[in-house]
Amino acid sequence: MASAGAAGAPGAPAPPRVRRSVTGTRRTVAALFLLPALVLLGALVVYPIGYSVVRSFYDQSGDGFAGLDNYKALFTDDGIRTALKNNVLWVVFAPTVATALGLIFAVLTERIRWGTAFKLVVFMPMAISMLAAGIIFRLVYDQDPDKGVANAVWVGVHDTFAQSSAFPKAHPGRQSPLEAAQGGAFLTREPVRAGDPVSLPLVGVPPDQMPGSAEKAAPAPAEPGKVTGTTWQDFTRGKGVGTLGAPDPSELGYAGMRIEAVKDGKVVASTTAAGDGTFTLPEAADGAQLRLPASNFKEAYNGLDWLGPSLVTPAIIGSYIWMWAGFAMVLIAAGLASVPRELLEAARVDGANEWQVFRRVTVPLLAPVLAVVTVTLMINVLKVFDLVFIIAPGSSQDDANVLALELYRKGFSEDQPGIASAIAVFLLLLVIPVMWFNVRRLRREVRR
Amino acid sequence: MRSTSNTIRTRSTVKAAATVLAGALALSLTACGSDDDKSGGDETTGTKASGDALTLPKLDGTTLEVAAVWTGPEQANFKKVLAEFEKRTGAKVTFVPAQDPIINFLGSKIAGGQPPDVAMLPQPGAIKQAVDKKWAKPLGPEALKELQKNYSQGWQDIGKVGSEQYGVYYKAANKSLIWYNAKVFENAGASEPKTWDELLATAQTVYDSGVTPFSIPGADGWPLTDWFENVYLSQAGPEKYDQLARHEIKWTDPSVKEALTTLAQIWGKKDYVAGGADGALQTQFPNAVTQTFTGGDQPKAAMVYEGDFVQVNIAQTDAKVGTDAKVFPFPKVGDTAPVVSGGDAAVILKDSQGAQALATFLASPDAAEIQAKLGGYLSPNKNVDPAAYPNDVQRRIAEALVAAGDDFRFDMSDQAPQAFGGTPGKGEWKDLQDFLKNPTDVAGIQAKLESDAAAAYGN
Repeated sequence: MASAGAAGAPGAPAPPRVRRSVTGTRRTVAALFLLPALVLLGALVVYPIGYSVVRSFYDQSGDGFAGLDNYKALFTDDGIRTALKNNVLWVVFAPTVATALGLIFAVLTERIRWGTAFKLVVFMPMAISMLAAGIIFRLVYDQDPDKGVANAVWVGVHDTFAQSSAFPKAHPGRQSPLEAAQGGAFLTREPVRAGDPVSLPLVGVPPDQMPGSAEKAAPAPAEPGKVTGTTWQDFTRGKGVGTLGAPDPSELGYAGMRIEAVKDGKVVASTTAAGDGTFTLPEAADGAQLRLPASNFKEAYNGLDWLGPSLVTPAIIGSYIWMWAGFAMVLIAAGLASVPRELLEAARVDGANEWQVFRRVTVPLLAPVLAVVTVTLMINVLKVFDLVFIIAPGSSQDDANVLALELYRKGFSEDQPGIASAIAVFLLLLVIPVMWFNVRRLRREVRR
Repeated sequence: MRSTSNTIRTRSTVKAAATVLAGALALSLTACGSDDDKSGGDETTGTKASGDALTLPKLDGTTLEVAAVWTGPEQANFKKVLAEFEKRTGAKVTFVPAQDPIINFLGSKIAGGQPPDVAMLPQPGAIKQAVDKKWAKPLGPEALKELQKNYSQGWQDIGKVGSEQYGVYYKAANKSLIWYNAKVFENAGASEPKTWDELLATAQTVYDSGVTPFSIPGADGWPLTDWFENVYLSQAGPEKYDQLARHEIKWTDPSVKEALTTLAQIWGKKDYVAGGADGALQTQFPNAVTQTFTGGDQPKAAMVYEGDFVQVNIAQTDAKVGTDAKVFPFPKVGDTAPVVSGGDAAVILKDSQGAQALATFLASPDAAEIQAKLGGYLSPNKNVDPAAYPNDVQRRIAEALVAAGDDFRFDMSDQAPQAFGGTPGKGEWKDLQDFLKNPTDVAGIQAKLESDAAAAYGN
């Protein structure tokens, strides 16, 4: 941008007749001085662009002319279409949200005493490379709440409102008297009789998740006129099931397991198991089937699938904003410093409230700065590659795809240089209008 | 690090090795100790072997370049083999670190007029490509003689293009192994299964004990293709396997359907896969291994499938290979147990006496035994003394590989075009990830696999 602005300057008025400039040097000398820059620019910028354009019209091997086939592939290939769609999401949301946040931070920090310290903290992520930020956010978004901060917070909030159950993953073992019923509950195959102790063995609760109140399981004594029974973990460490269907010495009872007696689809009695897994139901339960309701087995909430197909792009945009909101804030704060105080004071004297001052005076005055920040971020966002490449796991890389990443994949891992060049040219076309806008605006600024 | 692991599947070893190096630096060097323990003790093997018939020419003043993608300890160990070659011949050998895909790396080297003398190529497809482009030079009579003496026909054949021998498979990988947490198996009273049905029974037993049976690294696509290849090879047989690898039968074939349906018996059970399908799809290979061997007797999973290189990741945990972490061969799904392998072949790019001598040396047991002793390495060379391997587990794996004779099959996705068998988020990798996510839609996945394969193979 700076070079483009400077390029407008050397239109110095030439004196008549003698072709000498103000400093008295000849054109050839000027050309000589320009030569190194021109050669470098030509070799490093113009030639690669030109060659990419040429290459995009050739096929995979580079021998046959392919016409517009590569460009056709741009709009028919599924991968590229997802990339295009995601790029639109990026360009719309990332710069606007980052700028908006930057604006809010800038305006608020102007008012507080420790504003500079706050700014420093918000700006800090800019000091980190995209790669490192990517690795950090890969961890932040980790599915496992023990590792990923995002899910740890989410699960923490969720669990304060909805408790998980004590026996996730418990299920009937071999030859169990229980069978799975709808909704994740378990139901006895046969109706139970009073005075005939029932056993409700299950397996599969990890020992470290057994409730602390669980004691050694005991067979329930028969009580006339009452339905009694035991529910316990029918699994002895190192021995497998042990005695099938009867409590072994070291097996634990399911303390607190809820048991319902069901007759014709209606719950006639219910109770919870004691520490040793024994339970007693009144006579009403005679002839009913016993049900262990699904609420016993609800699995622990595992948080959101941040890097799954649907959330991966917003999640990565979030990490981008984390990095760039600070950048926006610093630029906007600089702009804010040059806003004439009198105007704000005048508005306040005229009776405007703070919101009106912000909305009607500050923002319009800052508009040029906001435009620069947004446009700069837009250019930046169009080329986003590293964050997506690093954060998205292989399984959802397709869903998180953006053009720059697709360019890399087509060019270097699929060996399709023709299509990759076409993507490059397309990206260039997308950037040009934004660039042009920026250069024009900058020139106007210089003239002013 | 993640980028490397994702880009190239065969490089998982390298990547894993690199990770362990990092891990070793961080956690002090004790983590690697188990592999190196015995390397000092077996000096006799080397000296005995050098008395053998292997004769190498005097090459004083010759300089050679060897290109390979190996990094970290793997590279360091290979350099020791090269040092031995230097000592015996007087030649000077330089190791040229290459990047993946190595065939593209070589392309730029050759275009620049500076090809290395010898390159280590991982896939049979890459060897063929090198021959088609007239880069590779056939082996001379001495190298050929050494190769025929030490290698089974099958390992010779995958280094052939047409009737000409180009590659010496110096390094191999055994990808038909299931690693398990011994403590979990003991607690659950489970035993090592021999058949697929026994594997399912074992999985249920483990599940009954309160541990999730399998850890599947679904974030990386390549372990999924390896799972499929083992089931398919054992169930449909080697002929069909070869046909499918060459895309002579379609992915819509009933045999593929059967293999996927079989696979779904494990992949399709939410309770059998650590984290469920969604969790598995975000688990990368190194984590899949470490989560199986950390967490005392309540790890996140009891078993993890992958090749011998899993050891490198186990070394990052406190688990000890052979006692805490044990291994059994992939159970047979059909009539015979599958042996799926991978490997790296030495191919000569600049024909010279020195290059031929190096190829001869790499085909000899002398070279293989040096690296075998250093650990993390398997040789397909049948004359390598098993005593050279540093521990029992590695020895068992190596013996299984050699015992398979010609019945092994080379990794199918490594034989496929890169766009189908080797690109993250594309082709077979992506399709099997979709299958892991939705294991009931067998026909849909088959159709997707077929259309991706047709596009990549161009037929």
